[in-house]
Amino acid sequence: MNTAVKELGELVGREYKEGFVTDIEAETLPPGLDESVIRFLSAKKSEPDFILEWRLEAFRRWQEMDKPEWAHVHHDPIDFQAISYYSAPKRDEDRPKSLDEVDPKLIETYNKLGIPLEEQKALAGVAVDAVFDSVSVTTTFKDKLAEAGVIFCPLSEAMANHPELVREYLGSVVPATDNFYAALNSAVFTEGSFVYVPKGVRCPMELSTYFRINALNTGQFERTLIIADEGSYVSYLEGCTAPMRDENQLHAAVVELVAMKDAEIKYSTVQNWYPGDEDGRGGIYNFVTKRGACRGDNAKISWTQVETGSAITWKYPSVLLEGDHSIGEFYSVALTNNCQQADTGTKMVHIGEHTSSTIISKGISAGRGQNAYRGLVKVLKGAKGARNYSQCDSLLMGDRCGAHTFPYVEVKNPTATIEHEATTSKIGEDQLFYCRQRGLSEEDAVSMIVNGFCKEVFRELPMEFAVEAQKLLGISLEGAVG
Amino acid sequence: MLKISDLKVTVDGKAILNGLNLEVGPGEVHAIMGPNGSGKSTLANVIAGRDGYEVTGGSVSFMENDLLEMAPEERAHEGVFLAFQYPVEIPGVANIALLKEGLNAARRHRGEKELDALDFLKLVREKLKLVEMKEEFLYRSVNEGFSGGEKKRNEIFQMAMLEPRLAVLDETDSGLDIDALKIVAGGVNALRSEDRSVILVTHYQRLLDYIVPDYVHVLAGGRIVRSGDKGLALDLEERGYGWIEAGDSATA
Repeated sequence: MNTAVKELGELVGREYKEGFVTDIEAETLPPGLDESVIRFLSAKKSEPDFILEWRLEAFRRWQEMDKPEWAHVHHDPIDFQAISYYSAPKRDEDRPKSLDEVDPKLIETYNKLGIPLEEQKALAGVAVDAVFDSVSVTTTFKDKLAEAGVIFCPLSEAMANHPELVREYLGSVVPATDNFYAALNSAVFTEGSFVYVPKGVRCPMELSTYFRINALNTGQFERTLIIADEGSYVSYLEGCTAPMRDENQLHAAVVELVAMKDAEIKYSTVQNWYPGDEDGRGGIYNFVTKRGACRGDNAKISWTQVETGSAITWKYPSVLLEGDHSIGEFYSVALTNNCQQADTGTKMVHIGEHTSSTIISKGISAGRGQNAYRGLVKVLKGAKGARNYSQCDSLLMGDRCGAHTFPYVEVKNPTATIEHEATTSKIGEDQLFYCRQRGLSEEDAVSMIVNGFCKEVFRELPMEFAVEAQKLLGISLEGAVG
Repeated sequence: MLKISDLKVTVDGKAILNGLNLEVGPGEVHAIMGPNGSGKSTLANVIAGRDGYEVTGGSVSFMENDLLEMAPEERAHEGVFLAFQYPVEIPGVANIALLKEGLNAARRHRGEKELDALDFLKLVREKLKLVEMKEEFLYRSVNEGFSGGEKKRNEIFQMAMLEPRLAVLDETDSGLDIDALKIVAGGVNALRSEDRSVILVTHYQRLLDYIVPDYVHVLAGGRIVRSGDKGLALDLEERGYGWIEAGDSATA
């Protein structure tokens, strides 16, 4: 108990920064994509040959693929030749010198979220001072992980130091040619995280990309690979509630999770990329492929996501339930305000016997936001006694937004049990008035009602993340009513 | 405390209140009675500041302030409380969370310190006894799955917590069985004080057996057509609203 409290204190204090320092010479490639770009990227990281081959194969296949058009989102065509696929992190002299040079709106949001000053600087890309670069806390974390035998490092480092693990698992859940954006990612991914938790080990702390302040500018084609070996447990936190400064419009990340027999992976995301302005100008396109495989019996993979940012979100964290009695979970809050569009959901593929899955999706639409839930529950022939429970709730604010639900069910085994519940409600004038009569301001009332709506998802988040996520929803909805 | 002068209100273009006058002094309990559609609930909602009611004439002052200029939450901070006829359900929001927010918002408004968790819980436990509610009610979602009687008791409990200057009870007695009615009335009576006024909006005299009002007013056709003491309510019980309405239409 005491150590748990201490760890929580450390996490909430967050006065550390993980040492994901990669030594790259400052260089930027001109826009455009061909094989030479991929060879350059691979050489830059001194990757093993098998990775280069894998990238090139993905690129060849990608060129033959069509962009997916089925999602309920609309945007101008993306010119993939207009993107630069490699840019070195910015040098200090190119960055803002102090917070005074940063957009005051951004600072206001940081303050509302209660983010400490030093951290604000890092998030806003301010050239940080030496004090903040201190790595003492980081070292403590690293020691603790090493003691437990957990590998947590940049993917490029894993390729160099643990090529056998990378070769075995990279692309084993999301094949290089899985879909258009996954293929693009496989060809050009620049960085990402690698986690390996050995047999029987319970990872002693929550792992978070939050630590990797210096990786902020390399997130465009990120690739994450997490392997939990037999009987192990790991909880991984991705993203952060603070709006991140980013100049790349297209994000196409891939996340692969592998849970062996009796292992459990809990993957939590808070995504708050720039959503564009009130009229929908700018904003990130977030086209992500996330998938986990329960490889062994009794394995468990749980996705929890809070999606409030990006102009367009296109992601379906999924679970392949291969092992008998394995469990897949998906808890999601997706909020679209102003002109944001989200098409998100999950796929639960029941392969093993007595596999079970739970889907809880909460969509919130405000302004002119469009929010779609798209889910597939697939029960294969051998999945005797499979069970799924899906619940999709939509909350509408105002009369210009939209909520859409596309649940697909494919069942090939007659012993399966599938339950689906869906509700759509409008945030009621009655509810708002009731709260205001009790003394709450309109904004506090909205925030309280929306957070109540999302409670089933928030309680799946690690505590300090949940508190921030609640504040974030309130901030994201400011001005949505009235 | 509260002074309503010549109040005229329309809903969707239809006149509901047609020049209503009412004055409520500190510590007084006024019962507003009247047939369905006479404008009783409209009056309660206009005092609390609900949207959808258009004030086309007259004034409402509360503690010397123009009440109609104030947002609903400002009225709440100033001590106006409405016990709802139909309390809404708010899924996922704990009863206690809403109360704490509301109470602390009012305290901030008055320049008082917010209550810490311990003091708040102490206060909550004390007030729960008034309405004979169990502590588990605090942690359930606001009104979700509550029975009719539980919802009304919850309203009185919230009133006890917020300690308003003016409490408007909108048909709090409707749908209550006799036991629940006694509990609710007991709660209200315990909160009666020299500086707290109460407006009881009710259709039936029954409630007034348990909460004895200082004044009884009969609302008909959007106006107060008769005022008196508790005796008036008993007359109404005996003779029905037709007796008043007939007289009202004769003079109109």
